[in-house]
Amino acid sequence: MATLSRDDVAHVAHLARLGLTEEELTRLEGQLNHILDQYAVLAELDTEHIAPTAQTIELENILRADVVTPSLSVDEALAGAPERAGDHIVVPGIIAEYE
Amino acid sequence: MAGNDLTRLRAHEMAAALRAGDVSARELLEASLARIRATDRPLHAWASLDEDGARDAAKAADRRLAAARGAGQEALAALPGLLGIPVALKDLVVTRGLPSTAGSRILGGFVGPYDAHIAERLAEAGAIVPGKTNMDEFAMGSSTEHSAWGPTSNPWDLTRVPGGSSGGSAAAVASYHVPLGIGTDTGGSIRQPAALCGVVGLKPTYGRVSRYGIIAFASSLDQIGPFGRDTRDAATLLQAIAGRDERDSTSAPIPVPDWSTELAANDDEAAGWLRGARIGLPRQYFVKGMEPGVEARVREAVAALESAGAIIVEVDLPHTDYGLATYYIIAPAEASANLARYDGVRFGYSEHEGDVLGNYLATRGRGFGAEVKRRIMLGTYALSAGYYDAFYLKAQKVRTLIKADFDAAFASVDALVAPTSPTVAFPLGARLDDPVAMYLSDACTLPVNIAGLPGLSVPCGLSDRLPVGLQFIGRAWDEGTLFHLGRAYEAITADAGWRRLDPADLGALEDPATPTPAERMAAHA
Amino acid sequence: MGAAAAGAPVAARYEAVIGIEIHVQLKTASKMFCGCSTDIKDAAPNSRTCPVCLGLPGTLPVINRRAVELVLATGIAIGATTPEFTRWDRKNYFYPDLPKGYQISQYDLPLAANGHLTFDTSDGPVTVGIRRAHLEEDTARLIHATDAAGRRVSLVDFNRSGMPLMEIVTEPDLRTGEQARRYAEELRLLLLAIGASDAAMEEGQMRVEANVSLRPVGTDAFGTRTEVKNMNSFRSVERAIAFEIERQARALGAGEVLVQETRGWDDDRGITYTMRIKEDSDDYRYFPEPDLPPLRADRAWLDAIRAGLPELPAARRARYRDELGLSAYDAAVLVGDPGATAVFEAALAAEPGLAPKAVANWVTGEYLRLAKGAGEGSGAGASGVDGAQLGRLVRLVADGAISGTNAKQVFERHALSGEPVDEIVADLGLAQISDRGALIGIIDEVLAANPGAVADVRAGKGQASGFLVGQVMKATRGQAQASVVQALLRERLGLD
Repeated sequence: MATLSRDDVAHVAHLARLGLTEEELTRLEGQLNHILDQYAVLAELDTEHIAPTAQTIELENILRADVVTPSLSVDEALAGAPERAGDHIVVPGIIAEYE
Repeated sequence: MAGNDLTRLRAHEMAAALRAGDVSARELLEASLARIRATDRPLHAWASLDEDGARDAAKAADRRLAAARGAGQEALAALPGLLGIPVALKDLVVTRGLPSTAGSRILGGFVGPYDAHIAERLAEAGAIVPGKTNMDEFAMGSSTEHSAWGPTSNPWDLTRVPGGSSGGSAAAVASYHVPLGIGTDTGGSIRQPAALCGVVGLKPTYGRVSRYGIIAFASSLDQIGPFGRDTRDAATLLQAIAGRDERDSTSAPIPVPDWSTELAANDDEAAGWLRGARIGLPRQYFVKGMEPGVEARVREAVAALESAGAIIVEVDLPHTDYGLATYYIIAPAEASANLARYDGVRFGYSEHEGDVLGNYLATRGRGFGAEVKRRIMLGTYALSAGYYDAFYLKAQKVRTLIKADFDAAFASVDALVAPTSPTVAFPLGARLDDPVAMYLSDACTLPVNIAGLPGLSVPCGLSDRLPVGLQFIGRAWDEGTLFHLGRAYEAITADAGWRRLDPADLGALEDPATPTPAERMAAHA
Repeated sequence: MGAAAAGAPVAARYEAVIGIEIHVQLKTASKMFCGCSTDIKDAAPNSRTCPVCLGLPGTLPVINRRAVELVLATGIAIGATTPEFTRWDRKNYFYPDLPKGYQISQYDLPLAANGHLTFDTSDGPVTVGIRRAHLEEDTARLIHATDAAGRRVSLVDFNRSGMPLMEIVTEPDLRTGEQARRYAEELRLLLLAIGASDAAMEEGQMRVEANVSLRPVGTDAFGTRTEVKNMNSFRSVERAIAFEIERQARALGAGEVLVQETRGWDDDRGITYTMRIKEDSDDYRYFPEPDLPPLRADRAWLDAIRAGLPELPAARRARYRDELGLSAYDAAVLVGDPGATAVFEAALAAEPGLAPKAVANWVTGEYLRLAKGAGEGSGAGASGVDGAQLGRLVRLVADGAISGTNAKQVFERHALSGEPVDEIVADLGLAQISDRGALIGIIDEVLAANPGAVADVRAGKGQASGFLVGQVMKATRGQAQASVVQALLRERLGLD
């Protein structure tokens, strides 16, 4: 099975938006590879013609009627927001215009 | 009745005393709160208390009781079984206006603006919630050591873990803080701590209890279930929270039986349920690394079931050994997405380091603990470009095989019996640096989650003076058979000496000089 | 400008390959996965949110049936196939407008696949293949601002978060900016007819993105493509794509290597520009959404939706031509404007005996003149128009009860006020007098008062007849119907 290099670990950490220290990266490289070794047993099984199971419960078409229900008040919605300006939540500016 | 006596009552005994007018809900609550205050420092089962809210609820329960008493026997009999009974909530059940942290720094200060479905159901039933219990961060762990707020101890031996992730609820029930507790079980997080703390715990069929308002770990595996000091109490609690909820699309429109009434039978009657019951004993569940004492207790329990008339059949679940790898791909993959919402934008812990990316990295890097980060990394990797087929898709296919194993077994037996945990409670800190050893704690429980089945753990004696759990596994939606088997096993072992033993360190809990779990861990390290 | 490139030699060596992705907000009352209202246009920021669409811990999605049915209806209308089982997937990426850190979408099993849509262009009809249409949830709205301290910030409004969104992706079948615009316009008409969306581009209810690449004429391999965004009107779709084709052709002609990138359209400057590309855009880590059971679209459900579909634009144009005898041009104009279509249908419904052509002339002429004039601020507007009243007006004209000139005056007033045309006609005193009894008395008075003219007419002098008619019209203040007056004059003078 695959082995993770330190660069791979750093790439996955970036995908997951986890800011990790050098020490954490080092420790995770070892631990993740050890865990991946445990995954290797799965390769023993021939699953080519086996259908995947995403959910064990056999439900389908669980739908709701298109009916409006009450929303939270603005203050309830924003009660936990770290930074607020008026009725908006504030985040650092996202450069979406010209490069 | 005196406070200490009150906390020793089981939930159905409390219910009877409340109806008889021998005790009030307020008295039960005050006894519970007094015991928590007196003994929780060395135990650390609780994350937060809501004394005011609980008192209001207890007063309301007493008014309902008084009104029913005035209206006569029928009105009393119609009251919900949980009216006035204290119930602990795991700290991942969102309740309006109260903190819900899931054991994580990243949810420090988070106060939800809504109630979880089960919180609503418990409130309707008149249950009293004194507070929320400690847990492994985001339910990821088997020891309750991975809590941002410090570990919980096991009342049988304060140097040991209570199991996890619902270790706080298990320890609170075992320590007579409350007769009932709520846990969640994704890979064994109710059954394993129940086993390690010597209480009853049930993981229901996937879809039996609404997950709305339960902070998610792995959506296709998570279920919510009860802890109690006997099977009947656990069944009463499950009955109160089970059933279809339109806010959870995976909650099933399947009727909830009146287990509570069925289980009120006396010991003789309950023992009779074992005659002719076909119970499978899966060979693969006596795993490598199982402690001999655990295996001995489980085999003795199986022998007792057989002596009482059960037909024990050895069965094969050939893909059991693949469960661990399958689980540790599926659960982290789902978790990696479920935990993406903790980004410091709308609620919770938030670090500000320059731009949006800097905020994300700092908030998530410092807000999550080591085990959570490890699992997010695993799950992100298993889903990432080029690895999806080899990991995630492969695991989903093996999931099909594991489920098929159970289907085949249930063609010839009504239920399975197995160990809950391969070991008794292990020392605090013992497995913290070895994730794979920690993951093996759940080897006997996680296949049940993979297949979406119900599993019940009941105490079956002691090994090295620590509790051992016996696990019954049932067909989907057949919690009833598990409850009947659990109750029957209690009946045939009612006179066993170990049943009368208190957790060995209960006395130490009452000593204010006893160190906290965090202090013990620090000293150990 | 871009369009000029079509004739430039360098552009002639290349063929443009264009695929269009369109996101439309579906017309439901509540959001995709929660009960919050979709009526967010004038709502205060963050006032249409709940724990679900804020992505709070512990919340779960529940599918809005109406949203599913609108996508299934669209699929049927474009001749797409719907797999028996479809499911939901999580598309994972981090952005402050995406509260859960994943978008619930559909990855490999969309609700509709392999459809097509035919539309007219200046070069004749074109059919584009539609690869897929799927359902997903919208993101929050980000407003870019500078705070009091001069810091650049983004303000987040979660009202839009969780609105139902349908994404429709074409095959790379289109070749020109005009084709792309016409496709988008035709799709909008279809969505309006179904009631799937209000599809107002300026409101962000319909967002068009184009993938544009060039390849040497006569070759099959695809060139490097760019994704063009920020086109906020049909006109800008055509202009942006034309510009991008020209830009790529010049670059390729100059031997440059194109980069795959996302480019924004600047409508004021008439250019596309390189936008910052979202990171990790190639690794969304899709996996099946475990919180939602799959959908089974069985035949009965699809048949019921099919049966509920209204007449679609293409069928309506064909009916106007083939059954009502309208020209292809009139049919296209009438169907191309949903307001015009509605007025036309209502007018004919109220007055079934009218010639469709007569009604069509009024709608394509007077009605659209007023309706479009309102949009440009130069006309009176047509907000008051009731199709049935237009039918009544055309009937009055056809019956000779009102003159064509006066009818236009009546219609303008009706278009503004909505008053019934009969009341306007009476109020303005515009009804024509064609009643024999009413006119004979007036005519006899005129004849008695103008003996000289009468003698001239009898002597065969034509102008004198015109004079007498004019005198009658004067006496009736223009309300007499001229042809009737003429006939009565001849009768009274014994000339017949």
